[in-house]
Amino acid sequence: MAETFNPSVPIYLQLCERIKNRIIRGEIGVGERLPSVRDLAIDSGVNPNTVQRTYRELEEEGIVEKRRGQGTYVTENQETLGRMRNELKERHISAFVREMNEMGYSEAEMLEGLKHYFDEECTKEGNQ
Amino acid sequence: MIQLDHVSKRYLTKKALKDVSLQIEPGHIVGLIGSNGSGKSTTLKLISGLIRPTKGTVLVDGVMASRKICTKVAFLSELDAYYSFFTVKQTLDFYAQTFGDFNRAKAEEMIDFMKLDRNQKVKHLSKGNRGRLKIVVTLSRDAPFILMDEPLSGLDPMVRQSIIKGLISFIDLEKQTVVLTTHELQEIEPLLDTVILIKNGEILDTKSVEEIRSKENLSLVDWMVKEYEQ
Repeated sequence: MAETFNPSVPIYLQLCERIKNRIIRGEIGVGERLPSVRDLAIDSGVNPNTVQRTYRELEEEGIVEKRRGQGTYVTENQETLGRMRNELKERHISAFVREMNEMGYSEAEMLEGLKHYFDEECTKEGNQ
Repeated sequence: MIQLDHVSKRYLTKKALKDVSLQIEPGHIVGLIGSNGSGKSTTLKLISGLIRPTKGTVLVDGVMASRKICTKVAFLSELDAYYSFFTVKQTLDFYAQTFGDFNRAKAEEMIDFMKLDRNQKVKHLSKGNRGRLKIVVTLSRDAPFILMDEPLSGLDPMVRQSIIKGLISFIDLEKQTVVLTTHELQEIEPLLDTVILIKNGEILDTKSVEEIRSKENLSLVDWMVKEYEQ
């Protein structure tokens, strides 16, 4: 059913993010066809013009390609997809670091904390 | 395109619209929002030619709006406007005879989509199903302009969702333009391209919904409250 949207960010940008995440997670494969504008509009409960804008935006970033009369496809260009994956990682890391900085954690503490976290995860998994 | 040029409308001594000028571009879904009694319904009725302006002109695709404009404009009234002794099927028959642009195939498809029983009498339908039937007969017309006065009011969330989905599925924005009034802003927000904010018979602002989000960081509800308080 209609997903909820963050009220202060344009919907087309939020849709862009969702599609990118689905591509990164592999839910939509490389070279695979995206849902038609109308189908995605119905699925997410948004105006078809908004979906069109989303696809246009993704096309400009080179993540999808429009093929005349056939629809919109995820690019097969691994370089672009790799770049998109990297950007997402960097964005999440910078958000994490900024928040930790605001709370007053030092770089060493963050690194130590991350290392500790992964060690714990490993032992937990090892015990299972 | 719909154009209102310095339009005023008075009901006896009450001024409903005061010198309103606006343009509605084709291919958009436009929300006309404002408090009760702000002039939303009056604006829609003027565009559909059901009432005439006291002053000014209303043009639909360059033609002065009158009763004859109904070939171009499909109007969904907030009131129940059909014969209650008809069955659902007879209601469709009636609309098909009345409007040349009535798309029977689309109507049948929507009746199934809305899960309506063709043999039930309109007076025996629940309020929600009457709301759905109204949507079916309005959207089944291949009219270039679809005007809907309060399509969601008084209906439960399931009915509202099915109406919103029906709208997205059965409107062709390459050929049609939708203008609707509503108070269910949160639900309708993802559906709108543009909003026209109206207060006491005057247009306060016309804005793209995405612009409100990106420039003002506000949801439609918050924006409306802010604009109204100024």
